[in-house]
Amino acid sequence: MDSCGALRAIGVAIVAITLAFVLLPALVVAIAAFNARAVLAFPPDALSLRWFAKALAYDDFRVGFHNGLIVTAFASSIALVVGSAFAFALDRYSFRLKRTIESVLLAPLVIPHFTIGLGFLILAAELGAARGFAVVIACHVILVLPFVLRSVYISLRNLDQRFELAAASLGAPPRRVLTSVTIPLLAPGLVSGWLFAAILSFNEFTASLFVTSQRTQTLPVAMYNYVREYADPSMAAVSVIYIVATAALLTIANAFFGLGKVLNVENAR
Amino acid sequence: MLKMPAESARGVPAANANADGAFVRIDGVSKHFGDVPALQDASVNIRRGEILTLLGPSGGGKTTLLNVVAGFLAPDIGSIHIDGRPVTDVPPYRREIGVLFQNYALFPHMNVASNVAYGLKMRGTPKAEIQRRLAEVLALVRLTGYQTRRPRQLSGGQQQRVALARALAISPKVLLLDEPFSALDKNLRGSMQLELKDIQRKLGVTTIFVTHDQSEALSLSDRIAVLSEGRIRQVGTPDAIYRRPADRFVAGFVGDVNVLRAELVRVEGETAFVGLGVATLAVPAEPLRGLSQGAPVDLFLRPEQLHLTARGGTSLCEGVIAAHSYQGGHVDIHIASEAAVSGRILVRQTQSDAAAHWPVGAEGAIGCETQEAVAFPPEP
Repeated sequence: MDSCGALRAIGVAIVAITLAFVLLPALVVAIAAFNARAVLAFPPDALSLRWFAKALAYDDFRVGFHNGLIVTAFASSIALVVGSAFAFALDRYSFRLKRTIESVLLAPLVIPHFTIGLGFLILAAELGAARGFAVVIACHVILVLPFVLRSVYISLRNLDQRFELAAASLGAPPRRVLTSVTIPLLAPGLVSGWLFAAILSFNEFTASLFVTSQRTQTLPVAMYNYVREYADPSMAAVSVIYIVATAALLTIANAFFGLGKVLNVENAR
Repeated sequence: MLKMPAESARGVPAANANADGAFVRIDGVSKHFGDVPALQDASVNIRRGEILTLLGPSGGGKTTLLNVVAGFLAPDIGSIHIDGRPVTDVPPYRREIGVLFQNYALFPHMNVASNVAYGLKMRGTPKAEIQRRLAEVLALVRLTGYQTRRPRQLSGGQQQRVALARALAISPKVLLLDEPFSALDKNLRGSMQLELKDIQRKLGVTTIFVTHDQSEALSLSDRIAVLSEGRIRQVGTPDAIYRRPADRFVAGFVGDVNVLRAELVRVEGETAFVGLGVATLAVPAEPLRGLSQGAPVDLFLRPEQLHLTARGGTSLCEGVIAAHSYQGGHVDIHIASEAAVSGRILVRQTQSDAAAHWPVGAEGAIGCETQEAVAFPPEP
C-alpha cells in the first residue's frame, strides 16, 4: 500500500511540474507587466497599471493591432474557403495526383516560416508589387492553409455519410443537402478551423517580419521593433492583453460551437 | 414524344404494374467495387404492398442492392423500375423512396418536427399541409408531443420511430429498411418489429427490408430473397424458403439444420428417395440430378422434424446425448452421432420432461416423420 501511495504522489508531482512548466513563462511575463519600474524585472518591487496604459496608447501597437486584425480576418477567411474546397475534393473524390496535391497543401508545415517569408519578399520584389496588405495576406493564407485543411478534412471524415444520403432520399437536391445538412453538421469544424487559423495568423512573426513594411506591420512585428529599442514592461502588458483576448475568444467559441466535437465527433450524435 | 409513355404511366399507376404484379422490378443488376463483385446479375420483383426481405450474411450484397434501389449507387449493368417507371438513371432525390437507416441518421441539429418535416419542406409543401401531415405521422408512430425534442434526447426505440415517421411523411412509393432493428435490445426489437409490420400493413407501402437475421426475416416478410456472395440464391415465401431451400447455402443459413450422411436410393420423376439407416425419405429430385444410385448425399433435416426414440424400430441413426439446452417452450438436445457431417445432431423436443427422460450420456435413436426433407450433393 505504501509503495502505491508513493507512486501516486510522484505521479501527482510530475503532472504539477509539467503544468507549472507550461504556464510559467506566461505567468512570469504577466507578473512583470504590473511592475511599477521601467525595467523588465522579476519579481517586481512595486505594482502599477501604467504599462498597460502606455501600451494601449502607443501608436505602433495600435496600428499593429489594427493591421493584424485586417490580415487575420482576410487570411483566415480566404484559407477557410480554399482549405474547405480542397478538403471536400480530397475527401469525396479520387483523382490523379491526389496524394501529391495533399502533400503540397500540407508542405507549409515542413517549410520554415522565414523561408516562406523570404520567398514572398523576393517574389514581390521581382513582380514589382508594393509591399502592401495583399502580399502579407497571401503569405498568411499559405501559412495557415494546412491547419484549416486538416481541421475541415477531419470533420468531413467523421461526418457519417448517411446523413447526406437520408437528406437525398427525402428529396433534397445536392445543393440543399450541402446547405441544410452538410454545412450545419460541419460548423464546429469550420469554426474551429477558422479560429485556429486566426490565432496562428495573428501571432505569426517570422514570415511577417519579411513581408510587412512600416505601414503594414502586424502586432508581433511592432512588438519586436519596440523591444529592439526599449526594455520597459509595456511589452509584458501587451502579452497579457493578448492572452486574455485569445482565451476569451476561445471560451466564447467553445460555448457556442463545442470545439470538443471536432476532436470527438463520434459522441456528437 | 419520348415523354408520352412515362406521363401516361404516371397517370394510371395500376396499369403499369406488370402482368406479374411487379411494383419494383430489379433486372439483372451487377455492381463491382474495383475488381470485387458485390452483386451479380440480381433480378427480383417486388409486388405492390408487400414486404420483401433481402436476407444474407454480411458481404452478401444485400445492402449494395438496397443502395442501388435507393439510387445511392449506380449499377454497372441492369435496371430498376419503380411503379412502371425506369429509375436507373434517376437521382435519389427524385425517386420518392423512404429509407430507414441502421443508425437512423436523424439530423442531430434539428428537432423531431424539423426532421420529420424535412422531406415535405424539400418538396415545397405548404406550411399548413406540413403541420397536418406532421401530426398525422407522429400519431402513427405514437410520438405526438415530441415535436421539439432533439434526437439525442430520445431513446433508441423513439429515435427509430422518428426515423420511420420521417421516411413515411413523404408518402414514399417504396420504403427501404436497412437492418433497422440491429441497434435495439432484444425485447424492444420484438415489439418494434410488430409495430413496424402493423404500420406497413395499415399504409400498404411496398417495402424492401434488409437483414442478416433469419428469424427476423421469417417473421416479418411476405417473401424473402436470400443473397450470398453477391447472388440471389432463392426467392420465396418464408415457408417455402424454410421448407424447400433451393441449395445448401439457403438450407444452412435460414433456421437451424442438421446435415446427415445418406445415400441416393432411386429417382422417380420429380421425387428422389434417400436412405439413411433403415428409413427412406422422399426429397425433391432436382438438386440431385446427375447422381447415380447409391451415391452419397447430404440430407438436411430441421431439429423439430426429428425426435428421440428408444433404440431399434425405424430410426435414422443412433447417438449419445451430449448436452441439453432449455429454451422455455422447448428443449434443444445435442446428440453426438457419426451420421451427422458435423458430428452433432440437434433435436428439438417440446415435452418439458425431455431432459430428464434423455439424460446426458444416454444412448438414443433418432426418428423422423417428415415428408419435407431436402438433400444436396455432398460438398467436395
